[in-house]
Amino acid sequence: MANIDARPGRIRPAPENFLTHEQIVAVKEGRRGFLRTAFVAASAAMAAPAVVQAAVQGDPAILELPSWSTTLGMPVAANPYGLPSRYERALQRRESPGLTRVGGSSVSFTPLQGLFGIITPSGLHFERHHQGWHDVDPARHRLMINGLVKTQAVFTMDDIMRLPSVSRIHFIECGANTGMEWGNVAVPTVQYSHGMLSCSEFTGVPLKEILDMCGADYKKGRYVLAEGADGSSMTRTIPMELIESGEVLVAYGMNGEMLRPENGYPLRLVVPGVQGVSWVKWLRRIEVGDQPWASKDEAVHYIDLMPDGQHRQYSSIQECKSVITTPSGGQLLLDKGFYNISGLAWSGRGKVTRVDVSTDGGINWRQARLETPVLSKASTRFNIDWVWDGKPAILQSRAVDDSGYVQPGYGQLRAARGTRSIYHNNAIQSWKVVESGEVSNVQVL
Amino acid sequence: MSRFSKTLMALLLAGVTTSAIAFERYKGIGRVATEAEVAAWDIDVRPDFKGLPKGSGTVDDGIELWETHCTSCHGSFGESNEVFTPIVGGTSADDIKTGHVKSLISGSSPQRTTLMKVATVSTLFDYIQRAMPWTAPKSLKPDEVYAILAYLLNLADIVPADFVLSDANIREVQERMPNRNGMTTDHGMWPGVAAAKAGMGNGGKPDVSNVACMKDCKKEVEIVSALPDYAQDAHGNLAEQNRLVGQTRGKRTSAPGEPAEQGEPSVAAAALALANAKGCMACHGVASKLVGPGYNEIAQKYQAQADAEEMLVAKVKLGGQGNWGAIPMPPQAHVADEDIRLLVQWVLQGAKAQ
Ligand code: HEC
Ligand code: HEC
Repeated sequence: MANIDARPGRIRPAPENFLTHEQIVAVKEGRRGFLRTAFVAASAAMAAPAVVQAAVQGDPAILELPSWSTTLGMPVAANPYGLPSRYERALQRRESPGLTRVGGSSVSFTPLQGLFGIITPSGLHFERHHQGWHDVDPARHRLMINGLVKTQAVFTMDDIMRLPSVSRIHFIECGANTGMEWGNVAVPTVQYSHGMLSCSEFTGVPLKEILDMCGADYKKGRYVLAEGADGSSMTRTIPMELIESGEVLVAYGMNGEMLRPENGYPLRLVVPGVQGVSWVKWLRRIEVGDQPWASKDEAVHYIDLMPDGQHRQYSSIQECKSVITTPSGGQLLLDKGFYNISGLAWSGRGKVTRVDVSTDGGINWRQARLETPVLSKASTRFNIDWVWDGKPAILQSRAVDDSGYVQPGYGQLRAARGTRSIYHNNAIQSWKVVESGEVSNVQVL
Repeated sequence: MSRFSKTLMALLLAGVTTSAIAFERYKGIGRVATEAEVAAWDIDVRPDFKGLPKGSGTVDDGIELWETHCTSCHGSFGESNEVFTPIVGGTSADDIKTGHVKSLISGSSPQRTTLMKVATVSTLFDYIQRAMPWTAPKSLKPDEVYAILAYLLNLADIVPADFVLSDANIREVQERMPNRNGMTTDHGMWPGVAAAKAGMGNGGKPDVSNVACMKDCKKEVEIVSALPDYAQDAHGNLAEQNRLVGQTRGKRTSAPGEPAEQGEPSVAAAALALANAKGCMACHGVASKLVGPGYNEIAQKYQAQADAEEMLVAKVKLGGQGNWGAIPMPPQAHVADEDIRLLVQWVLQGAKAQ
């Protein structure tokens, strides 16, 4: 890290816990003076002649040619399946310590703080398993259709992959995303507060096509049970409305390749706009029925406790939500000056039409730029310019979707639902910036 | 021969008659399911008990089956919080009368147990039959599921100790479920006006309505919650969770002088990842007993035993029981010998994460 601190032309303020007592006093007295002292101190500490020389003549990154400019590089196919740079190791899926007790029934979160655009790299797609994951043999995988259909049928992967396919970009968000924050701030970074969100291009067959083939009774059969092939044989009731819309897919592709095993290889349900638990992985069976099933994960979990003691059951749609991914909690701003505030917005009801950003905790707002593509039930990237004057700030984003719904604040959400519902927290997120440049997670009403 | 025709051949050899689906557009794709196939997979049980298999089981048999198959993770009385939240607790005789669990309103119970939440007894039958025991799902016969469920219901005084639960009387039990009236679908998160008319959802009407105010939206900003001190370091070193270039860096949240933040993962970190990948962590915690002993307990037990490493390598490979209790560890023969050795060394050295 020393090389970063001493980089000419850009001086990084050391985090609080690196500072001596005198330096902390200096910070409190005024930032500029401190920066100058810190720079001198850093140069002195690195008093190797070459560095001092470089500081005078220019940047050693320019003046001293690096090995990659002066030697032969690696051949093709050195990594037959390519991997991220070794400098990118910081961005990994991570568990939140203490959230769950066993790895087979747990969550790993997507590192949203470091991602760009709207597509989540497949290896960083968040995970939620209920009974561990398997690498399922596709040649032995079957999809069965039964219940209120004329023909109960079985399909192999060969069958499904022969059918006409569609590819669509959609977000998937766990119903419990941001669930730890209902009552108070609990986690430090956007990875843990919002990282049960991913967005991918999925390829597969509309479930409607397959149900048509089997002669589904759409009149009586208003509910569909989806079931997985894993140990939990996860089951969820899916609304026939969504299947009839053609949006629900039986998908095998994700971001141009097959699904990853952790995401349901070789087949999963894609239910755009609906919480992740309904996107049943390792999909083995679809049953058409005239009543919902009240399976464990819609009768004991993924139910929202209201203040009057009632639970909302079959809550499925993910309402409009957004979050600033950078600058965000646990990050440090390098210096005063220009920043690109960047984040994601999404809605389970359709397209994001607008995102507003506040840097003063919600007193005043400015409209952010939506980057293309802006797609229905997909993550949408927003950006907005910000010049940080070195003073405390509170960053917020607020999304609006094409149904006219405006993302609520914590006060509004808690007034309607209390603080114990665990699921479906889509409140406006606040990140506090202090003089040192440190960003942290706070809640304002 | 293509895989497709191989499959067909296998089916024909197995004497399965397959017929095509009569759907003009997608000729040759898919086939009709046999009755036996549907029966093998269609094991779901609905709230109206459609799908419930015939059978029965006593509370007494349930005690024994529970002890054998379930206690290790859920505790003798379904009260354990070790592997998952408690199944039993927090319901009262009054709740059985009203069908509303009162402690859900007051929040007086420290945790919401399964029986406090679940409205439908079918859910429990369905779930235990399809998914439990966690490490051997779908191994219980219907009578065993009835017996275990009878025991769980008895623990919450929903049925008496001499009860025989069966497909014939499960409807009566439903009428005693403590939270049977505790669910509502009056919310905006199920789509469709038609569905709302049929009693499911409110047609998509949200329960909050914010406005997109742009200027002077409030007088002052009150921070009502901030990250508590104890939570600052709970997620590891945030400096290592952020990119090393760009407009920000991660905040350093563990004490300076802790292990290097770049470079190869430490041996311990690699071993922990391996233990996760090989499924060891499904049964072992680092500090506490799950199905098998906690790794710290193992390290402590064999602290002074010179040949412990050799003994444990063989034990993990071949499986066995008796050193910690009656529950056996299955053979871990799917793990390569050198990986087993690495894991055992790591366990004996205290199973550190870094
Ligand atoms: C190896 C540990 C283990 C064993 C043994 C085990 N369970 Fe479980 N059980 C779990 C875990 C973990 C979960 C949570 C699964 C999930 O997240 O979906 C669970 C969930 C449950 C639930 C649902 C609880 C809820 O609130 O969602 C029931 C009911 C249950 N188990 C019953 C049983 C019964 C009956 C047996 C014995 C036949 C059994 N379990 C054996 C680990 C175990
Ligand atoms: C299905 C559950 C299960 C799994 C998976 C499992 N273990 Fe165990 N393990 C146990 C049980 C139960 C015991 C206690 C056996 C006994 O009482 O002798 C045990 C005991 C042990 C012991 C101590 C043995 C002794 O005799 O004191 C070690 C070491 C150990 N396990 C390591 C591992 C490793 C390494 C893995 C992964 C490769 C693993 N276990 C996977 C259940 C499991």
